[in-house]
Amino acid sequence: MWNKRKEEEYPPKPAAAPAPAASQAKETTPMSSNPTPSHSASESRGPAIIGKSVMIKGQIFSREDLTIDGEIDGSVELHEHRLTVGPNGKLQAGVKAREVVVLGTIHGNVEASDKIDIRKDAKLVGDIKTARIVIEDGAYFKGSIDIARPEVARTAAPAQSKPAAASSASATPSANAAPAAAAADSSR
Amino acid sequence: MLKDRFRSEPLSPGLHLPPKNGAPAPQNRPSNGLDQFFASLQDQENLSILDFSGASQANISYITSMGHRIYSNDVLRTMEEAFGSGGDFVANQSDPDRAATFLRESLDFPERSFDGALIWDTLQFLSQPLLQDTVDRLGRILRPQSSLLAFFHAEEKAQTAPLYTYRIVESKIMSLTPRNQVRPVQYCNNRTLEKLFQKYHSVKFFLTRDHLREVIVRR
Repeated sequence: MWNKRKEEEYPPKPAAAPAPAASQAKETTPMSSNPTPSHSASESRGPAIIGKSVMIKGQIFSREDLTIDGEIDGSVELHEHRLTVGPNGKLQAGVKAREVVVLGTIHGNVEASDKIDIRKDAKLVGDIKTARIVIEDGAYFKGSIDIARPEVARTAAPAQSKPAAASSASATPSANAAPAAAAADSSR
Repeated sequence: MLKDRFRSEPLSPGLHLPPKNGAPAPQNRPSNGLDQFFASLQDQENLSILDFSGASQANISYITSMGHRIYSNDVLRTMEEAFGSGGDFVANQSDPDRAATFLRESLDFPERSFDGALIWDTLQFLSQPLLQDTVDRLGRILRPQSSLLAFFHAEEKAQTAPLYTYRIVESKIMSLTPRNQVRPVQYCNNRTLEKLFQKYHSVKFFLTRDHLREVIVRR
């Protein structure tokens, strides 16, 4: 259904232009609403982009950094990469990534193995599991936050694991046992 | 009776305005209530703490650095969304549908989900019977022996009270950023509060010089 709409809005690239290399969204049409350069994409180009007039229902898997400025209803997984939800981005989706930067809206649980950054005017409703979190004043967040310490930090230097002063979220070692029943539906 | 004391003037949009440019800077001040609250969490990890102040880097960092999990919700914003549109802020709280929406959006958790709750000054903007329903619901989602910290403005004759954003600086110190001057819906003295929390195990008060009644309630 949406394919038809996208094809109307975004004519397919010329045959000479290669498809985006690593983005593995399970869609066959180009995801970007930005003007497509006529030259072939190089490896040094920026992240894959889902433009603001694109709406996708389904699962998105990516092996490169991804910026979403459109609407997604489903799930987004970029295990070793960074997801940026642009100011126009609206996700009704569970998200898994190494790093997540939110400038738009997410309704869904977010797992960021490294860091989540919720910027001013962003909105996130859902449960977060991450190692580090940054929330700017003006951001709206509703949900639970579970700080998962990296296993490496705890196992690599057990002798040095003296608790430091609690000055940052990652300062204190934590067993981080099974999440309590605080937040509904955090078992994604 | 309380409604007579506090005219049911619409609070919206005054309830939840961001600070204007040139607004006073945050001020740090000691808090016995906060100190007692964190004392109740001492030597424990992996607790679940409910925070009604909304997204705040300071509160999140402080609580997660203690090894706890935080559930964050801006309840003043939820109030504004539930009661602030289309009529009178106080009268709207008597609307069963709106009240149910507010309770669902702010306190829809399984029983005994939390080991502590930072309620700040949010309760004083609720009118009866919703206030009692909210307090009772809080009692159900807290585990036995857990603590709840709430603030109530203690100046009975004041027409308006400052609305603050509360941030944790240290276990005994919090930062208050003025958001607005608003008309509290409730004035609660010690006796009113004891009655309000009568289903809880104990209630302890700290009256501060800046007319803020800090209350620690033990479930």
